[in-house]
Amino acid sequence: LLEIYKPVSSPIHQLEARVKIIFTLVFIIAISFMPSGAWPAYILIYSIILSLIISSNLGMSFVLKRALLATPFVFAAIPLIIYGPEPVVQTRIFEFIVIPISETGFLRFLSIAIKSWMSVQLAIILAATTHFADLMGGFRALKFPAIFISTIELMWRYLFLIIEETSRLIRARSSRSTTISGNRKSGGSVFWRAQVTGGMAGSLFLRSIERSERVYAAMLARGYNGTPIERENQAFGKEEWWLTIATILISGFILFIAILTGV
Amino acid sequence: MHIPDGFLSVPVSIVLWLISIVVIAKALKNVRFELGDKQVPLMGVLAAAIFAGQMLNFSVTGGTSGHLLGAALATILLGPWSAVIVMTSVVSVQALLFQDGGILALGANIFNMAIIGVFVSFFMFRLLKNFAGKSREGLLISGFVTAWISIFIASLACAIQLALSGTSPANIAIPAMAAIHALIGIGEGLITAGALAFLLATRKDLIESTTGKSSNHTEILVGGGLIAVVLAVMSPIASSNPDGLEWVAEQQGFLGTAQDSLYNIMPDYVMPGINDPSLATIIAGIIGVLIVFSVSFGIARSEKKVPVREEVRD
Repeated sequence: LLEIYKPVSSPIHQLEARVKIIFTLVFIIAISFMPSGAWPAYILIYSIILSLIISSNLGMSFVLKRALLATPFVFAAIPLIIYGPEPVVQTRIFEFIVIPISETGFLRFLSIAIKSWMSVQLAIILAATTHFADLMGGFRALKFPAIFISTIELMWRYLFLIIEETSRLIRARSSRSTTISGNRKSGGSVFWRAQVTGGMAGSLFLRSIERSERVYAAMLARGYNGTPIERENQAFGKEEWWLTIATILISGFILFIAILTGV
Repeated sequence: MHIPDGFLSVPVSIVLWLISIVVIAKALKNVRFELGDKQVPLMGVLAAAIFAGQMLNFSVTGGTSGHLLGAALATILLGPWSAVIVMTSVVSVQALLFQDGGILALGANIFNMAIIGVFVSFFMFRLLKNFAGKSREGLLISGFVTAWISIFIASLACAIQLALSGTSPANIAIPAMAAIHALIGIGEGLITAGALAFLLATRKDLIESTTGKSSNHTEILVGGGLIAVVLAVMSPIASSNPDGLEWVAEQQGFLGTAQDSLYNIMPDYVMPGINDPSLATIIAGIIGVLIVFSVSFGIARSEKKVPVREEVRD
């Protein structure tokens, strides 16, 4: 589990968080609206994504590797190929196996996979070029509920600490339940192992509840009165407005092309 | 169960976003009323704990392992409204910062894991506790069954959403998701029961404080019960008549009218190139190459200047 923000300097990193959030949301919504088989629009969207990857100094391999994480879900759409609408072509593979392949279904499957892959990359670019604090500041400035944003900020503050605590729990378990390397069988029955893991989950929960009490006491001691202090945001100036308008116009234009050319 | 973007149709995503927003708003209000100033630190730290707790796993056989998702445990220990907030935070951070689940699909993921997961857990645990009593064994069995059912029902909801979006046929998506999550649910159930056993021994008050009150949260009890019954009844019907769901979708103007009418807003425009799909693809390809080339050329030029400047500074 790695923090995704990549601290390199680039024009994309320096953009105002709100501009990037709006861009990502607008483009992901536009992509979702696109009908299947709108190849010209997909090409245009991907060339924009590619330009963003290049100009943000993230590196192709970084983005593509992270994008792979979302692929397993593609299996959910595979039945479309076989059970899609008519006409179905009986395709022969390896002499014996005959698989019915629906052309429309295949087109739809391919489009879903491409659209999902492009959306993931947009989300990766947003998270990798925007520092967490700026990202949350952006959401807050966009009038997302402040109390929810503060909760997520606090969660992030303690997440890595608690992940370390969890790794310590796991390390303690491995060093106490003897396993010979290569032999995957560790001690006890499945129920016993589940009970041990459950005990770990319970103790993690308990420690976290206690930790939250200490955190609350520390917050009170520093003058917390129920409303978290907000960071000041960068100004949303003329340049930001132009970028936002350009985002909407470009995505609208590509969506228009998609609807004209799609199936 | 984290649905990425692109797998749900826009109408399905938007409807689930709206439902989720309404429930989250109510949950935020109720939790603030219950906890006051303590809300932010308690919810934040516990969301981090659930997120980290999902790392905990145990080997079952071979390479497979069971691990925790946490909706049932959070509901049993914190009460339903707090659990909604905690699970929503977890699912949101997974989507925004780890790309586990999409951003437009986040509404659906929140609905499945934070709302259905929690409401059904609350309903089941209440129901089972009446039967199983307050003995240690009764509580542990209730915990196991609650966790299993909450995962199972949430996966049914996920499968139905995919079918409604036209992404996966109902007769395949529903049995497949149900089968996979029936197994995942066992791991979840065992860990949840294990955690309850630990907490019964150490902090019995935590379990009793949130599930003991029987008067409040009627709407969640009713909601959770309805969701569980409707999904459990609807799924076999939907998967045995795969066209049924599409029919429902069309009747309600989900799939058919919503999208077709949007596409029909623009009649056949006569635009050179665009009306011929293959020509449009070629033009788009050329424009795309030009965009990428000019951006990388611009970056390469601006980067050349940087090292020179640094040399001068040295």
